[in-house]
Formats: sequence, structure tokens, C-alpha cells
Amino acid sequence: MSEAVNDVFRALADPSRRALLDALFKRNGQTLGELCDGMAMTRQAVTKHLALLEDANLVAVVWRGREKLHYLNPVPIHEISERWISKYERGRLSALSDLKKALESDDE
Amino acid sequence: MNDGDELIVPPDVVYVTYIRTTPREVWDALTQSAFTKQFFFGRTVESDWKQGSPWRLVMPDGRTDVAGEVLVSDQPRKLQVTWFVEWLHDAPKEPTIITYDIEPVGELVKLTMTQHTDAKIPRKFLEAGKQGWAAILSSLKSLLETGEALTIKMNPPE
Repeated sequence: MSEAVNDVFRALADPSRRALLDALFKRNGQTLGELCDGMAMTRQAVTKHLALLEDANLVAVVWRGREKLHYLNPVPIHEISERWISKYERGRLSALSDLKKALESDDE
Repeated sequence: MNDGDELIVPPDVVYVTYIRTTPREVWDALTQSAFTKQFFFGRTVESDWKQGSPWRLVMPDGRTDVAGEVLVSDQPRKLQVTWFVEWLHDAPKEPTIITYDIEPVGELVKLTMTQHTDAKIPRKFLEAGKQGWAAILSSLKSLLETGEALTIKMNPPE
């Protein structure tokens, strides 16, 4: 569980990866090519970021023929907010501020 | 999805959660009211879960929430149902199809919920449904891993 949580935070800590998630939020089920079109990144960089998002289970993939479609998967974020943050209900505000700090400081 | 059932229409939503449990437990949790009432907003389920059979999702007050037909019943690997929201008067007439794929991955079980439809679903329904599914799937994971579902509230429809 904690390893999975680390993966989610690590994945979310990068602005390029957040931009990819935002692109999927706007239009779900995009191919690599479609995702590259809207990004100021090389295809290799997008591929690398998508792999990391997949490992963190923030992006789910479906194959349609030879096309790999990418879908935003918010379930791990929900798991963190419900299981991890609300577990420390009384410390909710400080937990949220820690979360904010972790997300903002950990940009690799 | 790699077992030859090609998707003609790409899905609208694909949600995945990894659960430390067995495929059998996940199947039972999805198909038995003793489980669903804990993680599915208090709702119970009614069906014999055989291919072609009707199924229903019932609200705590006894009203039908969702009804449909069992399209695929491959215990404990795959369950596919049609999904008509009964109380939405302006809901699309075309069926939404919900597929649960249950696969063991190492010591975990990968549960994939796929939603697709031929209809143009108004965005308001999609957005509300998405938030619901994220809550339902994470509550299911919690129930099977810790014995306790998450406390999530969803008001009954007016």
C-alpha cells in the first residue's frame, strides 16, 4: 500500500505528467500520437511519462486493434484521500498542507 | 480485453484498482448483497448472474436504481451487464455497458471497470457517474483488504 502511495505521489509530482492527466480529463481514451500533439514534449518524453503514470495506476490502457488508448484513472487518488487522509481526520488540515508541500517540492 | 473481444466503440471510462484478495472474493463482492450494501452506497443486487438473466441494483428504500441484463458471466473472471438508470427520466435509451474484468496479478487482483455506450451521454451524467465509481471501487478495495468499507454518502435521488 505505502509503495503504491509513493508511486502516486511521485507520478503526480511532475508538471508534465499532470499536464498529461489534464489532457485525458479533457478527452479520455487518447492514443500516444494524440497526446503528443497537444504537448511541448518529445514523443520519447511523453512515452516515458505515460509509462510512469501507468505504473502508478493513474492511467489505464485499453487496446483497440494495434492502438493503445489511454484513460485517466482517478481511483488511486480517491483511495489516498479516503484511506490515508480521512484516517487522520483530526489532522485533516495539517495532512492537506503536508500533501500540498509534498506535491509542490517534489518536482523532479 | 486481450481475449479477442474487440471493442468497436472505445470505452468512455476505464477504472482500475489493485486489491490484495482473490478473484473469487471480488466476484462475490460484486454479485452478493451482503457485500454490495457495504461498499455500493447501501445498495443490494438481485440476479442469478447467469448469461441472459435480468439483474437489478436496489436502493436502501426498495426502489430500483439500475436494471439491466447479464451479457457475460464468466465466474470469477468477467462480468458484463447492461446498465439502465431507472429513475432518470431524461436518461439515454441506449444501454450503457459495464464490464468488470478480474485478473490475478502476482499476489494482487486487478479489477478493471469499463463503461461504454453507443449513446451520446450528457456530460453531467458521465461526471456524476465517474465520481461515484471512484468512490465505489476504492470502498470495495478497502472492504476486501481491511474488512471495512469506506464511509461515503450519496443521497438518494429526489
